Amino acid sequence: MGMTLTEKILARHAGKDVVAPGELILAKVDLALGNDVTSPIAIQAFRSLGARAVFDRNRIALVPDHFAPNKDIKSAEQAKMMREFAREFGIVNYFEVGRMGIEHVLLPDEGLVVPGDLVIGADSHTCTYGALCAFSTGVGSTDLAAAMLSGEVWLKVPETLRIVLSGRPGKWVEGKDVILHIIGEIGVDGALYRAMEYAGDGIAHLPMAWRFTITNMAIEAGAKNGIFPFDAATKAYADGRAKRGYEVVAADRDARYEAELSVDLSTLEPVVAFPHLPENTRPLSLVGDVPIDQVVVGSCTNGRIEDLRSAAAVIRGRKVHDGVRMIILPATQEIYLQAMREGLMEAFVTAGAAFSTPTCGPCLGGHMGILAKGERAISTTNRNFVGRMGHPESEVYLSNPAVAAASAVLGRIGGPDELG
Amino acid sequence: MSSGELRGKAWKYGDDVDTDVIIPARYLNTSDPAELARHCMEDIDAAFASKVSPGDFIVAGKNFGCGSSREHAPIAIKASGASAVIARSFARIFYRNAFNMGLPIFESTEAVDGIDAGDRVSIDMEGGVLRNETKGTEYRFAPVPPFMRDLLAAGGLLNYIAKRKKGT
Ligand code: SF4
Repeated sequence: MGMTLTEKILARHAGKDVVAPGELILAKVDLALGNDVTSPIAIQAFRSLGARAVFDRNRIALVPDHFAPNKDIKSAEQAKMMREFAREFGIVNYFEVGRMGIEHVLLPDEGLVVPGDLVIGADSHTCTYGALCAFSTGVGSTDLAAAMLSGEVWLKVPETLRIVLSGRPGKWVEGKDVILHIIGEIGVDGALYRAMEYAGDGIAHLPMAWRFTITNMAIEAGAKNGIFPFDAATKAYADGRAKRGYEVVAADRDARYEAELSVDLSTLEPVVAFPHLPENTRPLSLVGDVPIDQVVVGSCTNGRIEDLRSAAAVIRGRKVHDGVRMIILPATQEIYLQAMREGLMEAFVTAGAAFSTPTCGPCLGGHMGILAKGERAISTTNRNFVGRMGHPESEVYLSNPAVAAASAVLGRIGGPDELG
Repeated sequence: MSSGELRGKAWKYGDDVDTDVIIPARYLNTSDPAELARHCMEDIDAAFASKVSPGDFIVAGKNFGCGSSREHAPIAIKASGASAVIARSFARIFYRNAFNMGLPIFESTEAVDGIDAGDRVSIDMEGGVLRNETKGTEYRFAPVPPFMRDLLAAGGLLNYIAKRKKGT
C-alpha cells in the first residue's frame, strides 16, 4: 500500500518503512519552535525535569512575536525568561526585537525549515510550513519541553483529505480566498485530526506566498497539517535560503486517501468570513453593507511582501476613509525593509495608514490595535472568534489584503472594483 | 489517576468552544494557573470561574478547544477545579495538551446529549462508564489507547519522560 505525503515524512522520521493512519509513533523533530506566550510554560517544564542541555541547540527556534516589543511588564518578564533561557542553553535561533518577525513567516524565510522536514511548534499555526512540502504541526508547551529535551514527539498518524485544485484564479482572488472557500465548504472541524494534502494542476498558479496562506489556515479546518507537493516554485524558494540539505518527498501513486474534495479555482471570487467563525464565509458579492472601524493587514497569514504589494496597489493614490483606522504590520524585518525599498510604506503612510514594526499585535487581541465594544474590523488574519481582537462584543471579518485595502478606502467591506 | 472516580455537576456549553473563550489572549501574559483559572470561560460564561466546584465537569458539543495551541486552556480548566471535559469531539491540539497535562477528557455524543446543565455526573475511568446520577442513565466511552493511558497514569507527559529516563 502506498503512502501519502504526510505518511511518507512521518515514516521517515519514525525510522519506519511504512506507517498507517491511526498508528501512534515517536518521531524525530528537525526543528522545535516556541514563542513568547508558549515558551515560558515550556521552559518551566524543561527546568523542572532538571535537564542540563537541549537535544540540539541548532534545532530549537525561540521567537518573541506575540506581545513584542513588550506591551507591558508581565510580557516583558515572559520575554526575559525566554532570552535568559536562550543564552543559558546556547539556543542559536533566538530572534530579538529588531531582528525578529512573526515566527511562521520568519522561519521558512530564514531557511530554517526545509522541504521534507518534521517540525513541531508550540503555536497552532505551525502548520504553515506544509507549503514547503514539510510536515509541521502545532503542539502544546509540554510537547515543546519534551522535544527540547529528547528531540522527539509522539504523534498519531492522521488520515489524509486530498484536495484537488484545478483552473486559474481570477482577478482579486488570492490564496486567502482559496482556503476561506475550503473552510466554508467543510467547516471548522471539516478536517479534524486529518492532513490536508493539495494536488492538481491548479497548484501551478499558486505562488509560494499563497501556498503559505493556505497551509497556515489548515488548523482553522481542524486539521493536523496542510501540505503541498514539491514543485519548481518550492525549489526556487528553498534553494535560495535552505540552511540545511533537504530530501524531496513525493506521495505514492497508490496512496490511500480518506476523502477527496475538488476546487475549481476559476470559479472563485474573493471570500469574506463573517463573525465569529472562519467557516461563516460569503462571496464578496453577497456581503451587503457592512461599515467598519478598523482594517488590519498583517499576521502569519497575510503579512508577506506579496500581501503588502497587493494592499498597496489598491491604496496607492487613495485615502483611508475618515472613519477608519488602517494598520499595516509587515511580518518580518526583511519584509519591512523591502516594503520601504519598493515604496509600499510610503503609499500606506501617505494614504493615512499606520505602519508598524513586525508583531502579532492585534491578530490575537494582544496590542497595537485592540477593538472597543461594538467596533468592527476587517482583517487579513486567520481567526474571528469572539473577542479575538479585543472586546467580546467587537467583530472581526476575514479577507484577503486587496479586499481589506479596498474596504479601508470605502469605509465598509467591499472590493477593489468598487473604487472609482 | 488510575484509581479515580470523578464526581461533580455539569456545566454545559455548545459546539466549537474555542481557546479564546476558554482563556482570552488578554490574560496570556501570565502562565500562573491560579490567575488563569480566575478568567476561565470568562467570555462565554462569566459565572463559571467563581461558581465552579471542585470535581465539576465541562460538557460541550463538537470541536471543543479549537483554535490556538495555548496550554493555558487546559491549565485554566484544571486549575478551576473542574475534573474533566466531556464533549462530542475535541480539537486536536487541545486533545494532546489535555493528555500531556493529565486532564482527563472523554468523547461521547450520547453522554453529551443525555446530560443537562446542573446534572450530577460520575465517571468510572477504569470501568469506562459515565453515569448521569440525576437522570439515572449510563454511558460507555471509547477506550483510551494504551500509550495515552500511560500518560494519564504518570500524571502527564513530563512525569512520563522523567520516569522513562530513570528507568533507562
Ligand atoms: S500572527 Fe496571529 S495567528 Fe499568527 S502566530 Fe501571531 S498571533 Fe498567531
